[in-house]
Amino acid sequence: MIDDRIITRTTVTPAKAGVQGNRAPLSRLSRTDGIAAVGKGGTAPLFFLSLVVSLCALPAPAFAMHISEGILPISWAVLWYAVALPFVAWGLRDLRRRSEETPWFKPLVGLVGAAVFLISCMPIPVPSAGTCSHPSGTGIAAILIGPGLTAVVASIALTLQALFLAHGGITTLGANIVSMGVAGAWVGWGVFTAARRLGLPWFAAAFLAGILSDWATYATTSLELAAALHGDGSFTAMFSLILLAFVPTQLPLGILEGFLCAGVLKFIRSRRPELLRTVPTGGAA
Amino acid sequence: MKRWITILILAGILLSEPMSTSGRAASWSGVDETVIEKFAEKAGRPAREPFINTDQGDLLLFVFLLAGAVGGFAAGYWFRVLFPTKQRTKEKKEAHHGSTSSP
Repeated sequence: MIDDRIITRTTVTPAKAGVQGNRAPLSRLSRTDGIAAVGKGGTAPLFFLSLVVSLCALPAPAFAMHISEGILPISWAVLWYAVALPFVAWGLRDLRRRSEETPWFKPLVGLVGAAVFLISCMPIPVPSAGTCSHPSGTGIAAILIGPGLTAVVASIALTLQALFLAHGGITTLGANIVSMGVAGAWVGWGVFTAARRLGLPWFAAAFLAGILSDWATYATTSLELAAALHGDGSFTAMFSLILLAFVPTQLPLGILEGFLCAGVLKFIRSRRPELLRTVPTGGAA
Repeated sequence: MKRWITILILAGILLSEPMSTSGRAASWSGVDETVIEKFAEKAGRPAREPFINTDQGDLLLFVFLLAGAVGGFAAGYWFRVLFPTKQRTKEKKEAHHGSTSSP
């Protein structure tokens, strides 16, 4: 059955859907204290690069980090759901509070949610490994909207992928939320905050956050798999083996995610710096 | 200029490598197959079919295209709300100014 599934897996397009349904508060937006002036034509290279990355992803056969349906025993599946739920609940509370304080916060969450969905199922070929994998996008999401809300947008994205895109699974949803939406988000946010407090420039801090959030996501996936599947063998040995197996693909991809994270932050700083007021150790400039 | 050179080098690496190795069989599978499912099968927990299995023929291609269209629209919509063009910003400011200055 598995082999059939693998064989029938064909080319997929890199574009996916992320839906974060909030009405556009255009009228409310106009009440904000001014839209930043358009940047100095800095968007063309970014657009070009994103186009190239999309083109590269087009012929890739399939997916990446999400743990597929049925791999985790039910006890472990339940445990990871239990771990994920408080983070998602906290994120939802955070959304209500912060959108009352900041008029443009809901559109930002909508944009970040769509982006996380698109990024997290875009297979990128890694030439050094001959395999495909995807960035998670939760590092930049956590910087922009906070780790709590990143768990929320990641859980929405992962649910849609599990239900309709044969990507991940319903029984493994809790584990996938924990690795991508909790571990990836908190590490990204933590690294960015710490790096800024240590005096690192924005670009470097975002770059580090992107890399480490990606690697943390895959390290957590390794931990989840090793914990559930090591059986009578050594947990540490299995964890190390799985982690090592991820390395050829995720090492370069993490670096790509670092650039993505830093590039997005640079773009926002040049186009609309007031969006970064809620960023840790941020400010508008 | 310097930035464009970097971008072009990066783009070249990204494009040329997959193209040059596209003839290889069994390449470019996702790490879910090469790592996760491999270890799971060894441990006796193979993945099973999703509850809603869209991974049949071109159906998966269709749902990905649909999802891409919806996701792209959502992202573009919020992007335009958050990053309006200079023209739109100017129009809004003028409209706001007109409404406040009228008696």
